[in-house]
Amino acid sequence: MHKLSVTQGSTMKNTDIRRLFYAHLLCVLSVILSTFVPSFFLESFSILETHLTWLGICSVSVTAVNLVLYLVVKPNVSSKRSSSSHKVARFLKCCIYFLMSCFSFHVIFVLYGAPLIELVLETFLFAVILSTFTTVPCLCLLGPNLKAWLRVFSRNGVSSIWENSLQITTIASFIGAWLGAFPIPLDWGRPWQVWPISCTLGATFGYVAGLVLSPLWIYRNRKQLTYKNN
Amino acid sequence: MSLAKFPPRCRQMALGLPVGRSVCRPQLGGARPWAPLSHFRAPVQVSRGLLRTPNAPLSRSRGATPLGPARSHRMQKVSVLLFLAWVCLLFYAGIALFTSGFLLTRLELTNHSSCQEPPGPGSLPWGHRGQPGACWMAAQFSRVVLVLIDALRFDFAQPQRSHGSGEPPASLPFLGKLGSLQRILETEPHRARLYRAQVDPPTTTMQRLKALTTGSLPTFVDAGSNFASHAIVEDNLIKQLNSAGRRIVFMGDDTWKALFPGAFSQAFFFPSFNTRDLHTVDNGILEHLYPTMDSGEWDVLIAHFLGVDHCGHRHGPHHPEMAKKLSQMDQVIQGLVERLENDTLLVVAGDHGMTVSGDHGGDSELEVSAALFLYSPTALFPSTPPEEPEVIPQISLVPTLALLLGLPIPFGNIGEVIAELFSGGKDSQPLSSALAQASALHINAQQVSRFLHTYSAATQDFHVEELRRLQNLFSKASADYQWLLKNPQGAEETLKAVTAELQQFLRGARAVCIEFWARFSLVRMAGGAALLAAACFLCMLASQWATSPAFPFYSLLLMPVAWGVTGAVVCAGLLATTGLKLDAVVLAAVAAVGSLLPFLWKAWAGWGPRRPLTSLLPIPRPILLLLLIRLAAFFSDSFVVAEAKATPFLLGSLILLLVVQLHWEGQMLPPKLLTIPRLGSSAPTGLPRHSGTYALRLGVGLLLCTRLAGLFHRCPEETPACHSSPWLNPLASMVGGRAKNLWYGACVGALVALLAAVRLWLRHYGNLKSPEPPVLFVRWGLPLMALGTAAYWALASGAEEAPPRLRALVAGASAVLPRAVVGLAAAGLVLLLWRPVTVLVKAGASAPRTRTVLTPFSGPPTSQADLDYVVPQIYRHMQEEFRGRLERTRSEGPLTVAAYQLGSVYSAAMVTALTLLAFPLLLLHTERISLVFLLLFLQSFLLLHLLAAGIPVPRPGPFTVPWQAVSAWALMATQTFYSTGHQPVFPAIHWHAAFVGFPEGHGSSTWLPALLVGANTFASHLLFAVGCPLLLLWPFLCESQGPKRRQHPPGHEAEAKVRPEEEEEEEPLMEMRLREAPHHFNAALLQLGLKYLFVLGVQILACVLAASILRRHLMVWKVFAPKFIFEALGFIVSSVGLLLGIALVMRVDGAVSSWFRQLVLSQQR
Repeated sequence: MHKLSVTQGSTMKNTDIRRLFYAHLLCVLSVILSTFVPSFFLESFSILETHLTWLGICSVSVTAVNLVLYLVVKPNVSSKRSSSSHKVARFLKCCIYFLMSCFSFHVIFVLYGAPLIELVLETFLFAVILSTFTTVPCLCLLGPNLKAWLRVFSRNGVSSIWENSLQITTIASFIGAWLGAFPIPLDWGRPWQVWPISCTLGATFGYVAGLVLSPLWIYRNRKQLTYKNN
Repeated sequence: MSLAKFPPRCRQMALGLPVGRSVCRPQLGGARPWAPLSHFRAPVQVSRGLLRTPNAPLSRSRGATPLGPARSHRMQKVSVLLFLAWVCLLFYAGIALFTSGFLLTRLELTNHSSCQEPPGPGSLPWGHRGQPGACWMAAQFSRVVLVLIDALRFDFAQPQRSHGSGEPPASLPFLGKLGSLQRILETEPHRARLYRAQVDPPTTTMQRLKALTTGSLPTFVDAGSNFASHAIVEDNLIKQLNSAGRRIVFMGDDTWKALFPGAFSQAFFFPSFNTRDLHTVDNGILEHLYPTMDSGEWDVLIAHFLGVDHCGHRHGPHHPEMAKKLSQMDQVIQGLVERLENDTLLVVAGDHGMTVSGDHGGDSELEVSAALFLYSPTALFPSTPPEEPEVIPQISLVPTLALLLGLPIPFGNIGEVIAELFSGGKDSQPLSSALAQASALHINAQQVSRFLHTYSAATQDFHVEELRRLQNLFSKASADYQWLLKNPQGAEETLKAVTAELQQFLRGARAVCIEFWARFSLVRMAGGAALLAAACFLCMLASQWATSPAFPFYSLLLMPVAWGVTGAVVCAGLLATTGLKLDAVVLAAVAAVGSLLPFLWKAWAGWGPRRPLTSLLPIPRPILLLLLIRLAAFFSDSFVVAEAKATPFLLGSLILLLVVQLHWEGQMLPPKLLTIPRLGSSAPTGLPRHSGTYALRLGVGLLLCTRLAGLFHRCPEETPACHSSPWLNPLASMVGGRAKNLWYGACVGALVALLAAVRLWLRHYGNLKSPEPPVLFVRWGLPLMALGTAAYWALASGAEEAPPRLRALVAGASAVLPRAVVGLAAAGLVLLLWRPVTVLVKAGASAPRTRTVLTPFSGPPTSQADLDYVVPQIYRHMQEEFRGRLERTRSEGPLTVAAYQLGSVYSAAMVTALTLLAFPLLLLHTERISLVFLLLFLQSFLLLHLLAAGIPVPRPGPFTVPWQAVSAWALMATQTFYSTGHQPVFPAIHWHAAFVGFPEGHGSSTWLPALLVGANTFASHLLFAVGCPLLLLWPFLCESQGPKRRQHPPGHEAEAKVRPEEEEEEEPLMEMRLREAPHHFNAALLQLGLKYLFVLGVQILACVLAASILRRHLMVWKVFAPKFIFEALGFIVSSVGLLLGIALVMRVDGAVSSWFRQLVLSQQR
């Protein structure tokens, strides 16, 4: 009997991991498509030269895919009240959270040494794309609930593989953006060394790496991972 | 109402102890704004045991150690200091060994060219041999006027072609001001030439003068000796002129006096060091120039003007003052040209250029391009000047002048003659003029060849193959030339080829010299690097080992020293017997290795197989990664140049890492937020000590401070797009009066804020109430120092506007004020060392009791006035009541002794010392750096709090300072180095610091200005190193905040009925915990020192490795070598500061011990 429940649990987990993997694949696809598809519609589109356009498109597509995934997969079925007014309020709250995160990222970038007055738009769009990679998944998965966020991002705080993968992708995006700052002082004179291109590219690579690695990591460590709440 | 509702300090008052001026009010209902007052005090009831049983054994009392162990602990302290000093010496030996192998040295040959002896075989042209005035070639001029205008950049003299484009010329103040040059070039094209002289770095005046007279390359090591110029021993033009019996008259820069003592028949020297003085030198020259010239008692007249250079240093080239100065120079040239006779050559030269900010010393394009203008009243040049002036090496002037004056070329010259001056004027035949040019070049080439031969015989500097190639080139050119002399007809092509070959040889020789006068000794470099690496390893090993109780202080100290001395003696003996030269550096290195090896051997033996090797690398992984990134950055010139931005970035990353780590470990999260109660089981950290956003706020504050400090940024020369912050300039250079006043207000505000912050801090921990002399000094001396500094700034920034009557007064005051501030600081430090224990001792019975009269009052208080009246009444009533109760409970009440502020006694001394140190250092910087100093204090305060938040309150046991604390501290020291306007390159050194307190210069003394400039440059290293022990002390200080807040949450009024004795039981011991385990205290200090030395030592090791691996890199002299020198000097300053800081803590500890002893003795009596 006991064994049966264990196997049930493990199959549950396996299907979950598979769903997670497909969802992440979709996200990766959205990032890749956002780099290639616009060149069919826009004249002289390239990541480096029309970087801001790409940032906007990438941000929108990743957000859209995340929203669709949220609506389709519904990783957490926790909405107790589902009145439409509640939903609207929740959505508005999410928007405010997103904007807040954009602004706070902007402030943090400036504190880290980004120019204060020049290149404001560039810096802000970098903040937007980083928010897209980190805040949007958090909002989709956990809702506008700061306590839950704090819980997920602390030791032993995760309670499902979805939260676990969220943790991994978010941290990977941050690390990617951080590493992206390192080539800036080098005197190679490459176009991608210009602020904030290397950082946005780093964040994107970090996000994609996180998306790819997190299902694999969870799959490898599925024996060790136990979630009490599941 | 219970007594416990009062803050504890008030309770002490209730015990009959008056506490300073502060007002104590009862705590009415919940958290009042002054609730934090409860942490103001850390009384240690020293003699609690004594109180009840006055004859209890001494050793039982807390803190007071028995005399026997005290002595052993003192010995231990001494051995900790000695151990650290030994480790520092190891590092110094490594640095010295590496430096001796790495930094360029050039052998100075003392050979001289002589008139009689030609530089090579073969006949001299025109058969002149050894006749005075026509040694190697016939003289073309019998007299020369050399006008050196210091820092005359090429574009200062460049003709402005305003007629070409219609736009108005000279939009910049320095353009087109030398109009007479332009006019002469246009009207007399065959008599004048302007060249763009390419200067070899280092572009400091003394090096340039050496080069301009010897024709050689000054080496890197010379760059630092600008303060103490020494007589030139190499052959030079002045020497040759003297031996030819020419009369030299000199006027101007007194650097020449030191370089050529006794060489001038008449000399007018003027002080050169005071760069604030634009006019003394120039006016002095002008006073003597024309009379001397008219008197005719001279053959060579040298005038060295300094006004342009000083104007650049003071105002920069873009200041209107520069236009005035250049116009003055123009008039000088005009006057000279008018007075020039036909046999006289006029040379106007700049010794180097200047950067956009008016500095020089490096090798940027603006610094290395100087103007060179030649004028002869007779026609000298065969052709008209080219449109764009020709680029020639500056040292070409040396052989050219020598041959033009009929002198031998100085022996060590590697310059190439300016051939067109030897063409014989515009009337000569083209063929004969070309032949004359070739003969001048040939003599020049013979001389250079002779020099190369002699030099390579003396040392092994040059590659044999390079030499052979050059030799072949020279032989071929020489043979061709000889052939040409024999067949002079119709050989124009051969002539051209010979000229080209000779020039090729000369340029090749010069290139070889430039390349190989970087003579590396690879053995010494490798040895130095290995020694440094071993010392770093030792630091890490010993820092691990130091906390274990079995750390053998004595044997570890004595044995290495004995071995080291033995090794040195043996080595010295060996060297002496083999007859080799004794080298102090090698001896030191041998001694270091000799002392290092037994230690490592013993460590290896002691380590054994018991412990895994992984524990050798105790640094936590993220910190290790950060350190590695920092070290890797030393290997890229881009990152070294961008270090001013990279360091704050790394520091910010470390700060956020600390915050995130705190959150991750759950120390920031209040437990109610945790929906899953898993944290309690897994994390042993217990309850969080702070509210959720505490660490976050600290982190954001730190980031903000770091970013603000980054606004004070001086750009390295390598990044032309970057603009230095204008805030680094002195206020005196500002033009707008209103802005100047505002800035002045801000600077004084920063001073006051710094002062207020320190006083607030001391008051917070209660140390401000102690009657000890250091505290009195903090109360009265510090404001006085601030006042003096502000007054000095006012004088310095407004000195120009002072009315003439007050000039003398202002000058006197600006000399006296800084000295007074430094004197006050020194007095304060002496006071602090004399009586470092800043505690307030109160004996319970000492205060005579006065019964207070209580006036009746009824009804609830309604207004503030009522409250003001009623509250003291209630308080007094309770005081009386409690006093009565106390006397009932404690029969031996009169013996109560309460010592306040013992809990922060170490930190209070440290903070006072740091403030006292900061003021003189602040004075050496420009005014607006005071804001950075304020940020510095704020930043370290926040960082210490953040670090302390991550460390659990240490229980008795080994105290440790975590690696992240030490790394962050070192990073912050580097960041402050940059934000105080420094860069690790020589032109960026703040030379003006040498004049603070000495507006008239220093005369001949060199160590004092060097000390002042050094203190300016390494101020942040010094402050952070001295303040390093705060890293150990701060978590103890913060102990007073954590548990208290938890114990008395507002609203638990019912619980507040605690008996006073239990209250005291929970009193945080703070820094007195350190005294509970003196052994651990010493070990922790040792560990802290070793860890800090390790972090610094690894930096210098990375610099050394980068410099040696990239020694053939394009940027080695521009970036890596200066970085290494600054890093090495910074290490030395830091290590000395560290020793001083630790010694200060130990002094305080000793004083506390003796204080305890005295207290106990007085209690016994």
